[in-house]
Amino acid sequence: MKLDDLLALWRIRALEEKIRDLRLEGPIVGSVHLSNGQESVAVGACSQLRPHDAVYATYRGHGWAVARGVPPREIFAELMGRVTGVNAGRGGSAHFSAPQHGFHGENSIVGAGAPIAVGAALAGRHDGTGRIALTVFGDGAMNQGAVTEAMNFAAAFSLGVVFVCENNRYSELTPIDAMVAQPDLSQRATALGIPAVRVDGNDLAQVRTATRLAVESAVAGRGPSFIEAHTQRIVGHYIGDAEQYRPAGELDRDLRLEPIARLTRELLAEGVAAEAVARCEERARSEMDAAAAAALADPLTDPATAKDHLYA
Amino acid sequence: MPEIVKLNVGGAVNAALARALEEMPETLLYGEDVALPGGVFGVTRGLAKRFGDRVFDTPISETAMLGAAVGAATFGRRPIVEIMWIDFSLVAFDQIVNQAANVRYVSAGRSSAPLTIRTQQGNAPGACAQHSQNLEALLLHVPGIRVAMPRTPQDSYDLLLSAVACDDPTVVIENRTLYAGPKDTVEVGGPVRPIGGHRALRSGSDATVVVWGAVTAKVLDAVDRLEADGITVDVLEMVWLNPFDWPAVLDSVGRTGRLLVVHEAARTGGFGAEVIARVAESGVPLRAAPRRVALDDSRIPSAPQLAAALLPQTGDVETALRDLVGSGAS
Ligand SMILES: Cc1ncc(C[n+]2csc(CCOP(=O)(O)OP(=O)(O)O)c2C)c(N)n1
Repeated sequence: MKLDDLLALWRIRALEEKIRDLRLEGPIVGSVHLSNGQESVAVGACSQLRPHDAVYATYRGHGWAVARGVPPREIFAELMGRVTGVNAGRGGSAHFSAPQHGFHGENSIVGAGAPIAVGAALAGRHDGTGRIALTVFGDGAMNQGAVTEAMNFAAAFSLGVVFVCENNRYSELTPIDAMVAQPDLSQRATALGIPAVRVDGNDLAQVRTATRLAVESAVAGRGPSFIEAHTQRIVGHYIGDAEQYRPAGELDRDLRLEPIARLTRELLAEGVAAEAVARCEERARSEMDAAAAAALADPLTDPATAKDHLYA
Repeated sequence: MPEIVKLNVGGAVNAALARALEEMPETLLYGEDVALPGGVFGVTRGLAKRFGDRVFDTPISETAMLGAAVGAATFGRRPIVEIMWIDFSLVAFDQIVNQAANVRYVSAGRSSAPLTIRTQQGNAPGACAQHSQNLEALLLHVPGIRVAMPRTPQDSYDLLLSAVACDDPTVVIENRTLYAGPKDTVEVGGPVRPIGGHRALRSGSDATVVVWGAVTAKVLDAVDRLEADGITVDVLEMVWLNPFDWPAVLDSVGRTGRLLVVHEAARTGGFGAEVIARVAESGVPLRAAPRRVALDDSRIPSAPQLAAALLPQTGDVETALRDLVGSGAS
């Protein structure tokens, strides 16, 4: 069971490390935001959702897409402008979507996904599906009016929305502590009448429990919940970020906290064979190598189709 | 004392900001990641250290950033606010359009909001749809807001300083693909150029090209190709879009009788339509129907080969000019 979890974390890590390589080598161009170190929030939260529930991510959304079951090959192809990409190259790294997998897209306008998630839950109330929505955003996004408006709207109408704040302590290059007077971000949700918890986002069990309760409450019609998941990104905001803002020693500490290191330690302490643990990484890496190679061999999207899909 | 230095666009913006902060104690400079990190493009590097708490980082709260600029400006400060990408200004458009643009007018001049918004736009390969738009026409539709679009290091320096000195709310739209471009000589420390005007980049008699923003470089390439065939063109780069140098455009079109407008923003409702309409209204005699080269009305895709198919390219400008010059009476 826990080995499956490790494999799930590794799939995201391996996908993103491969994406980084392809970005540095050239087939992927433009700005790419990785979620290395934050994988457990996506894996834990998505494990509690039903297929028809709707997930709204940010530009740091590769992991959420994988956790939702979007095929890695189609993600690689998307980032390389291939016709086989989830959006045939229109979305790219920061803006792809796969609604067929309940992944309703990344968003690169900070905070903008939250009100849209409210609408998905509103539709779920009226269309008889009972769909709920989960929206994830960063600590910095808490300062965007759209997020507060969305939370209040959902609370006022008891809509089934799970608000997940991935608190990785940084907004781009600026620490969240310097930008808020109240570091307990969950209190904003509490103040709006939304049940809120703070969890260790590196602990899959805590993320799962918090999400399970939030989903149950949403499905039962009791309205939104808020989860502040404390985590860390162990890479830059974007590929190429010199990370001069990081205090000395912080990264070393974070590398001990991050979920893959943590779960690996736990498994070994429980007596699981080192070989079995290592196989998770190997398997994830070879899956991603194969997916990337397949995507790389796919044809680029034909420029003649650039205006397709503008209108019905 | 005026001095000649070599700067790229990013360096020129930095020098202009430093001078504004130095010479005008009422200026404030703020935005996301501008102070300690020195901006995501490194353009504001070193300013927080030099000017203390007049330069500061803000929460990711564009509405509060621009609303606070309106408020502070009405009380005598001169805020210079960076909106990292023009696309993000849309979440705070209320503060620009309904608030800043109205302060002077509805108060019958008793109050004003002399703030400067520095932002950037443009398309870079692999950028996402929400980081690629050219939105100057949205602002130009709003009376009361001044809009500038510099391209060269010198203009980036001059326009920013005249924007800060301007008593109206002013938006300076830079282009991120230019920040780290080649260095050029820039005269710094001289008198601040008044707002308005244009740059005459080429002169000729067969047609007039009116252009603004980063696409100007492609226009110049196209024009240089035509010159080999003896076709000469007036190229007017509009560095200020409001105020717009209408006399210069009408004068040039009056001489050439042919007009091409080139911009990277979408064609429909773009400012090129306004330029052509004004020329038509002016009654300047034309030898051929005016043309536009612009974004082929579309959202912007991430894949570079798709974006390139939609955005104006050198070849598009060349073709349009050849058609234009080949048509109509000579
Ligand atoms: C409305 C808006 N303002 C600014 C930005 C620029 N920006 C992109 S990511 C980012 C930081 C977001 O921080 P956070 O919400 O904590 O998420 P994280 O990147 O840490 O996952 C900023 C300011 C943006 N994309 N949208």
